[in-house]
Amino acid sequence: MSTITLNNITKTYNKGATLAVDDISFSVDKGELFGLIGPDGAGKTSIFRMLTTLLLPDKGTATVVGYDVVKDFQKIRGIVGYMPGRFSLYQDLSVEENLNFFATVFGTSIKENYDQIKDIYEQIEPFKDRRAGKLSGGMKQKLALCCALIHKPEVLFLDEPTTGVDVVSRKEFWEMLKRLKEQGITIMVSTSYMDEATLCNRIGLILGGKILALDTPAKIVESYPEKLFAIKSSNMHQLLKDLRINDTLLNCYAAGEYIHLSFKNSSGENESLLTKYLQEKGQTDLVFKETVASVEDCFIRLLGNPDGNSN
Amino acid sequence: METVIKTKDLTKRFGDFVAVDKISFEVKKGEIFGFLGANGAGKTTAMRMLCGLSRPTSGEATVAGIDVYHNPEDIKKNIGYMSQKFSLYEDLTVLENIKFYAGIYGLSDNDIKEKSNELVEKLGLQEQANKLVQSLPLGWRQKLSFSVAIVHQPKVVFLDEPTGGVDPSMRKQFWDMIYDASEKGITIFVTTHYLDEAEYCDRICIMVDGRIEALDTPALLKKNFGVDNITEVFYQLARKAKRSGD
Repeated sequence: MSTITLNNITKTYNKGATLAVDDISFSVDKGELFGLIGPDGAGKTSIFRMLTTLLLPDKGTATVVGYDVVKDFQKIRGIVGYMPGRFSLYQDLSVEENLNFFATVFGTSIKENYDQIKDIYEQIEPFKDRRAGKLSGGMKQKLALCCALIHKPEVLFLDEPTTGVDVVSRKEFWEMLKRLKEQGITIMVSTSYMDEATLCNRIGLILGGKILALDTPAKIVESYPEKLFAIKSSNMHQLLKDLRINDTLLNCYAAGEYIHLSFKNSSGENESLLTKYLQEKGQTDLVFKETVASVEDCFIRLLGNPDGNSN
Repeated sequence: METVIKTKDLTKRFGDFVAVDKISFEVKKGEIFGFLGANGAGKTTAMRMLCGLSRPTSGEATVAGIDVYHNPEDIKKNIGYMSQKFSLYEDLTVLENIKFYAGIYGLSDNDIKEKSNELVEKLGLQEQANKLVQSLPLGWRQKLSFSVAIVHQPKVVFLDEPTGGVDPSMRKQFWDMIYDASEKGITIFVTTHYLDEAEYCDRICIMVDGRIEALDTPALLKKNFGVDNITEVFYQLARKAKRSGD
């Protein structure tokens, strides 16, 4: 049985002028770690807020643990945990007071459900008397997660929990999520970091209120339609400029140490012709090889031409 | 090549806490200098000192040839600054924001007019020019914000996590703008949590617990640490960190 279902959900703002979520349908299975991957403004937060019963959809239906998000909103509120993208705890209450408050609101106590948060809470317990507003970013994030977990929710909604967080803390956070998943909690998480996508069971790539692709990260990567190549030289910025004016290419863009590119047509001569072209342009120390697409490559492919021509 | 930023043993203490601990480095004209570190490593404090917003406890620093102790106000005129958190006024229009910043930076009325039109056209924002900034998608806001931060052609621009939350395609367009600015001789001082972006910098410096633990080109850092990506270099250094926080 699916723990979360969305059927043709649409959400608009400004009396219909702004389309935030556009006829979206998908479901999340019990115990699944599901990622909504997309940039700011894609519609992720609207989806979270509808599923946590904080916003009403314009059209369509959605359920969480079998309950309807409109009719059964009170039941849903008791069984989901929600960590909004913006830090939403009480800044002038201490760590312990915040946790106590959320436990009480949900009719439980820290003591009763301590086992649920122990792993995470232990890391911030030395600061339990500190006001939440005075915590560092990483500690705020851990406290917010504790507050979302204290009533033992069946489903956890985490809206961009790692935005602005450094790579080491991000890794720790995802290890915490993995342990929560092992306890059987269904988790829906959103992120704009493409590298985090591979840590999910399934992902939905979202942009402009529409799901562009939805599958396991492995399948999404496999579905990349063209051969993808990686190239580098001693002058990367000039290399990108040279590649952009070469009309055999379908696309090319910086991808960390390399530039990724694919060709318009699959011809056996593509690679040697391009190498020759670049040598004539004066490029040196060329490394040119076929590579495997990442989730980011797939996202860029789905976005269309990433080459600055969309303006 | 002209040195645009120079620090020697630059230090900032808050009580007993040493936020920035004797950092020394130089950045050249037109260089893209990546300033990396975990949350709480001291990046923001260091940046604030270089922008003339926070007085160092000890050590030396000059930015665009100006001493941070003696002439912090002059520094502000010679630099640009943008961050993810604060950039544009959301309840002003695109054009109003450009005019406002250009005015603050002391451009003449004629220059402001010329620059406004030029920027709007370059960014392809003709249709949005008279719309409120809050109606623009984040990626566009950040591109506009960067353009505004360099509207007075500063010697150096400080970018504090300029691409957080921005989609990968827009991030790449943003980096194109950084490259263009660098080619025009503007020095770029940038922080980011996206380590693929570290690869786009000429040199990167990694801070751990207030100190600079590594400073080199991305290629040499990887070589010296015996790893094939910057993320791994970052892990090796940041794991040694004793303090955590913002």
